[in-house]
Amino acid sequence: MTYVRYIDKTREYYLSEGYGTPYQWARFDDAPFTPLPRPLAECRVGLVTTSEMVIRRREHELAAIEKDPMRPSYALPIDTPIADLYSRKASYDRYATTLEDVGAYLPIAHLEQCVAEGRIAGVAPRFQVVQSQYSQRRTQSVDAPQILAQLREDRVDVAVLTAV
Amino acid sequence: MSLVARHLEAHGIPTVVFGCARDIVEHCGVPRFLFTDFPLGNPMGRPFDRAMQRDILGLGLALLEQAKEPRTTVQTPYVWSDDSSWKDLVLTKAQPFLDDAAKEKWLEQKAAYKQLKTERGV
Repeated sequence: MTYVRYIDKTREYYLSEGYGTPYQWARFDDAPFTPLPRPLAECRVGLVTTSEMVIRRREHELAAIEKDPMRPSYALPIDTPIADLYSRKASYDRYATTLEDVGAYLPIAHLEQCVAEGRIAGVAPRFQVVQSQYSQRRTQSVDAPQILAQLREDRVDVAVLTAV
Repeated sequence: MSLVARHLEAHGIPTVVFGCARDIVEHCGVPRFLFTDFPLGNPMGRPFDRAMQRDILGLGLALLEQAKEPRTTVQTPYVWSDDSSWKDLVLTKAQPFLDDAAKEKWLEQKAAYKQLKTERGV
């Protein structure tokens, strides 16, 4: 069987639930492209994810973000012990799998191993969490520029993005 | 996520997106996409399979180096299970995307967002 058609399935599902106007997924004819500026072994990697990570016992620090209907993006320290991280993402296939293993959607440990092996030069000191938005315009005009600015502050050369 | 990748790339930061929803990412169009045909939630590999996760990251880093043009998709060789039954009921009434509590929270926040948008013009 070929891959799941989520766009079709979403449209059919919400129509069956009584929602009239199907969601319009972002679509572009072209896509930008930037070649690597230098060999990967000399590149510092930034990590961006939609996995809605939080730090155990420090959930209160994100309380304002969780309540904010604008669903702002935020950053967490990449040196947080993996055992202290977990995902609050609700929209994943909970019938088939779990989010119990951070390594299945956020490659912090493996990126650190790549640094140790010389495959990449380093990793940014924080990773970026972008939340699914009600507004594509807001993702483009608020979240994406904020993440770009922070990656630049962190002197990132390339970005790894994990869509959960 | 695809929109963020496009923005970063357009401003000089090469990107690679790891994901499991091939149609959504390709519909938008990103520079480099490493696709694993797994249930939503595990774009870096099967839970607790360190070797697979490491390999998938490696494939994505290689894609960063090797892609020559935008909209380059590479599919990893991994399959979730011998049969594809996990795909059959995705996003149906039997297996809705959000559970009731998550759906309620989503709708509440959506309503609050719409109100703020009206009040502040954001």
